[in-house]
Amino acid sequence: MAQRKPMTMAQKILAAHTGREHLSVGELVDVPVDMVLANDITAPIAINEFARLGVDEVFDRERIALVPDHFAPNKDIKSAEQCKQMREFAQRYGIVHYFEVGRMGIEHALLPQEGLVLPGDVVVGADSHTCTYGAVGAFATGMGSTDIAVAMATGSIWMRVPSTIKIVYSGERRPWVGGKDLILHTIGLIGVDGARYQAIEFCGPAIETLSMDNRLTMSNMAIEAGAKAGMFAPDAITEAYVSSRAKRSCRPTCADADAEYERVIEIDVSAIEPTVSFPHLPSNARPLSQVGQVKIDQAVIGSCTNGRWEDLVQAAEILKGRQVHPDVRCIVIPGTQEIYLEAVRGGLAETFVRAGAVFSTPTCGPCLGGYMGVLAAGERCISTTNRNFVGRMGHVDSEVYLAGPAIAAASAVLGYIGGPEQLGR
Amino acid sequence: MTLEGRVWKYGDNIDTDAIIPARYLNTSSEAELAAHCMEDWDTSFVANVQPGDIVVAGKNFGCGSSREHAPVALKASGIACVVAETFARIFYRNALNIGLPILECPEAAQATLAGHTLEIDLSAGRIRNVDTGQTYQSTPYPEFMLALIEAGGLVEYTRRKLAEDHG
Repeated sequence: MAQRKPMTMAQKILAAHTGREHLSVGELVDVPVDMVLANDITAPIAINEFARLGVDEVFDRERIALVPDHFAPNKDIKSAEQCKQMREFAQRYGIVHYFEVGRMGIEHALLPQEGLVLPGDVVVGADSHTCTYGAVGAFATGMGSTDIAVAMATGSIWMRVPSTIKIVYSGERRPWVGGKDLILHTIGLIGVDGARYQAIEFCGPAIETLSMDNRLTMSNMAIEAGAKAGMFAPDAITEAYVSSRAKRSCRPTCADADAEYERVIEIDVSAIEPTVSFPHLPSNARPLSQVGQVKIDQAVIGSCTNGRWEDLVQAAEILKGRQVHPDVRCIVIPGTQEIYLEAVRGGLAETFVRAGAVFSTPTCGPCLGGYMGVLAAGERCISTTNRNFVGRMGHVDSEVYLAGPAIAAASAVLGYIGGPEQLGR
Repeated sequence: MTLEGRVWKYGDNIDTDAIIPARYLNTSSEAELAAHCMEDWDTSFVANVQPGDIVVAGKNFGCGSSREHAPVALKASGIACVVAETFARIFYRNALNIGLPILECPEAAQATLAGHTLEIDLSAGRIRNVDTGQTYQSTPYPEFMLALIEAGGLVEYTRRKLAEDHG
């Protein structure tokens, strides 16, 4: 009998899709995909390239998702033209999962919610944060528009089988420490290119009890360490999240126990404080106790990183009965229309508005300096988003500090960066 | 395939927001993107870049967003090649897919200064600094990748290939 060669999650999922018994790290393979994604800023180039390919249909009209979310609802005439181009493409080719404004959400909050990305899937998207779906156990990775045009036409794309870094989290989380703090701490540890070209498997006892919303936050930011994918092994939490949403069968896949890893990193989460990443790299992570006095002008709570239900619940818990600081604009953006509706029903929307915050329809808007919260020169923002590059949220001389929803909400009240424990009752 | 051009030198972790700020992503027009290339990072770039110029940078060039607009903006600005210590994964694919040659070569990237002139032989993967006389070796591209770059990118390369297969 041939000896079985152990594989990581990435190897196993890619092997299953290519009909191979075993795939080695570094092999180049043409991989059939389960879902292809584009949004209003990346779809236009993909659509133009698709037209140049000269094909007259997409590979599968049920396996493509198109989401107007970055500059939608349309922020200006040019954005309107881009959304129109995507909408017309969706109509012409009968794309089933086109989500119109009013029925949409931020793509990486929306697709998992709708059960369109499942354990064991291979997903490619023209957006770097496509890696978010690793939280449900998919091999999901971001690509450019030309690659996505080819994937829309053929249903497959070439990939290099990545090596994998295994990150093992153990210990008890401190109060107010969530997925965002764990991932910012991790990126601080390995750097913005610490996992370049590699996959990450997030595991360990501290992960086994972590909720799906918190896992989605962690996978979302795998790209900020340069990773190709950031995955969680499917477990009972995954099953509970996916089973009511999935409309097709899937193949949950875990790594072999004896799989070979490029590197294994052990992290004791009991030592991790709420974490803030200073400008201008996500890797500039500092524990809250070492932040010092940083006055802020704006707080953004939302995005594909932290615009999910549990994020809003945490922010509302802190903002309830309190007031946003007079010098601060606080902008709360739910990830999807479903979350928006729940926030209305559950009284969260009222909490935000009574606290003096903006409560907006879903959009990526401020995260990438599009609209709905662009910063002026010299302004500082605490934000639950994923990037704090130079000029990311507006003026080249503005600053973005990254944190989880608890820190962002508490800071909005304090007027400077701080945690819920600094708020009086 | 040989290139010669003057160098724009940048450091580590030049992200795609630096190459083309997101506020300009409401268009796919190459000319409009080129008009704002690098503007938040280097205000002198747009006014002074010449066709054939070369960007040389440190580690992790092109990190961040998957926007293909970033290599498109560089190419449309006239940049003929990017040499870096390392590239971020998505940028690497995107650059080749649109026919912008890029080379990983830490030695050349570290030793080259702004304003130097580089001579690059893409088929051989050889980089020569005309000012210092130093020569550096990067991994040469395989035949198909040279053909892809020469065709102007993946789509045109695929079209030609399909035409040959059916011709």
